[in-house]
Amino acid sequence: FIAFSTNKGILISNVLLCNVTDRVSFWFVVTDSSKNVTTIPGSEVEAAIRLNRNRINSAFLLSDKTLQFLKITSTLSPPVEPSTPVWLIVFGVVLCLIVAGIVFLVVAGIQQRKKNKESTERENLEEKGEVTVTVENGIPCEALDLKAGHINGVFAADDERFTSL
Amino acid sequence: MEKSRPLWDNPLQFIFACISYAVGLGNVWRFPYLCQMYGGGGFLIPYFIMLIAEGMPLLYLELAVGQRMRQGSIGAWKIISPYLCGVGVASVIVSFFLSMYYNVINAWAFWYLFHSFQEPLPWATCPLNSNRTGYEEECEKTSTTQYFWYRQTLNISPSLEASGSVQWEQALCLTLAWLVVYLCILRGTESTGKVVYVTASLPYCVLIIYLIRGLTLHGAVNGLVYMFTPKLEQLSNPKTWISAATQIFFSLGLGFGSLIAFASYNEPSNNCERHAIIVSLINSTTSIFASIVTFSIYGFKATFNYESCISKVILLLMNAFDLEEGSLTADNLSEMKDYLMATHPQEYAQLSPQLKNCSLEAELDTAVQGTGLAFIIYSEAIKNMEVPQLYSVLYFVMLLMLGIGSMLGNTAAILTPLTDSRVIAARFPKEVISGVVCLINCVIGLIFTMEAGNYWFDIFNDYAATLSLLLIVLVETIAVCYIYGIRRFEKDLHTMIGRKPNWYWKVMWAFASPLLIISLFIFYLTDYILTGTLQYQAWDATQGQLVTKDYPGYALAVIGLLVAASTMCIPLGALVTFIRKRLKRESVPTVA
Repeated sequence: FIAFSTNKGILISNVLLCNVTDRVSFWFVVTDSSKNVTTIPGSEVEAAIRLNRNRINSAFLLSDKTLQFLKITSTLSPPVEPSTPVWLIVFGVVLCLIVAGIVFLVVAGIQQRKKNKESTERENLEEKGEVTVTVENGIPCEALDLKAGHINGVFAADDERFTSL
Repeated sequence: MEKSRPLWDNPLQFIFACISYAVGLGNVWRFPYLCQMYGGGGFLIPYFIMLIAEGMPLLYLELAVGQRMRQGSIGAWKIISPYLCGVGVASVIVSFFLSMYYNVINAWAFWYLFHSFQEPLPWATCPLNSNRTGYEEECEKTSTTQYFWYRQTLNISPSLEASGSVQWEQALCLTLAWLVVYLCILRGTESTGKVVYVTASLPYCVLIIYLIRGLTLHGAVNGLVYMFTPKLEQLSNPKTWISAATQIFFSLGLGFGSLIAFASYNEPSNNCERHAIIVSLINSTTSIFASIVTFSIYGFKATFNYESCISKVILLLMNAFDLEEGSLTADNLSEMKDYLMATHPQEYAQLSPQLKNCSLEAELDTAVQGTGLAFIIYSEAIKNMEVPQLYSVLYFVMLLMLGIGSMLGNTAAILTPLTDSRVIAARFPKEVISGVVCLINCVIGLIFTMEAGNYWFDIFNDYAATLSLLLIVLVETIAVCYIYGIRRFEKDLHTMIGRKPNWYWKVMWAFASPLLIISLFIFYLTDYILTGTLQYQAWDATQGQLVTKDYPGYALAVIGLLVAASTMCIPLGALVTFIRKRLKRESVPTVA
């Protein structure tokens, strides 16, 4: 990869390893075959690695966390941010529900109050009407002749039943 | 025509309302801290003694007064003695202060709840810095959850003086919280009675789920063992007993007038003695239950941090000395450290400042209380669980239920006297009065959404209610026992419940509880006087931790005003009534 990325026709044999340790870490230098036994400057190697980090990682099935190049910090990927933050969406939903609940309760309260007002007004009207008309058993008193009285037809028809003295 | 007083649909609604009010955030975030500080399992001894000596008797007293007088706090104390109308007014003022700042907690809970619907959770990772080579500097210095709390939620300023601007996100959440409270209290007991079924029972469901989850977490046992090992030597520390008394007192919410308000909506024949015992026992049991959950979470978090610390040390050593993978493990770490120190002394000495001494004890010892526990520690534990979004949602819904339940009691304490007073209630319907109260509280509450808002929150939390409540409840107890007369009170209870209170209640009301309250009051006063200047914890962004600062002059003035506003009402009320009576007596002879 380093050979490909530097584009200078370097063969694998030009990559020299040294200082291999138990910890699987090593130093390496890249030599330029066109110019004899000179090493390619570190900055060029660094730039090449930075460019192809992903490919190097995937070749070894490693990631930025498991394969570390000293002094080459990895560019961290920022977390995926949707255009509207999620919390605003949830907030909006909850807000709408609560406001709907409040409006519903307030309107129901106003309607109940109107009904109560109407029924109390009706009661008040009836009371006023009764002041002028006193009612006895559903029959207005003026119609009843309280002095003369009424002959109740039920009893009138029965005087034949009484035994004559 | 007299409108009949609205009533609870059944006694169960009343019990649930009291439980919902009493079981609040203090049970979750204060009791576990006290348990940890004052002797673990041994703290339960002073806690239960105080429950019997002051918790139950004072709760029964308030419920009985409310049920007998069938009025809110102002009306009820006026009936007991006209000179005591100041007590009722003081209760309303303290409730007003409380509702101003308490709903901000619900706003924070909403904020965290809305942010729980993301993968990964926003407090699990640090945001990147501007050139994307690493994490934000402030986040690196502290932990991700602390950064999310102090920077992204509060956007806290370095000190009280630097007020900053109102954070619009927090202001939105606060508005929503007040709308929710308004929805619940809109129709008075009709709506509150139904809501308390949910706010009282849902937290228990969540706590049970968390108990099961917490006990099965890796390392939970460490926390539980640490908590429950009694350190009985703490019993000789007077602070233990004072903290137990204070916790019982404030946990039951005495003196705010909420209990009187709730009880005033009862049937006169309701057995409030039994209810008082039930509510106080449930409140204390919930505290213990919540602390079991909290300590298993602590244990999990401490074990997790301890193991990460060990892995970091191992990685550091392996990189420094180029050792083989797997040669250093948690078990052989100490031997390998000695070996490396012996064989490569110079490099080891260079490395040793970075090598932290990982200790499980140290992790468990970090005792936290208050908003820090609820929002930082718990969210840290949640982010390490599987399916963290589910547990996060459950937890913050529980916090919301607890908070809203307590808010219902607070607003009832303010609204009941207002709707009882014929002057106001005749002109405006219930909905308008509730709406105006909620609106005023919401607008004032915007102070707590500013950048320095959390510092003002701490002021209100520490000083608005403590001294005033002690004084209010002391005056209440003395009034009922000695001014109203304990025999008259006995007779009232006999007519209501059907039996006279036995000697335990009478002894507690007349002697034990007032003595306890007086000693608490004296202790707090001397504590404030001895500490001299009051200090607060400010967040320092450059260091990534809290630093102690002194309160500026005007903050001290506000504290003094808060305490004075409520306590002065009691003598002022008596004075005003005295003057009125004098004027009446003087005007009567001229009329006759």
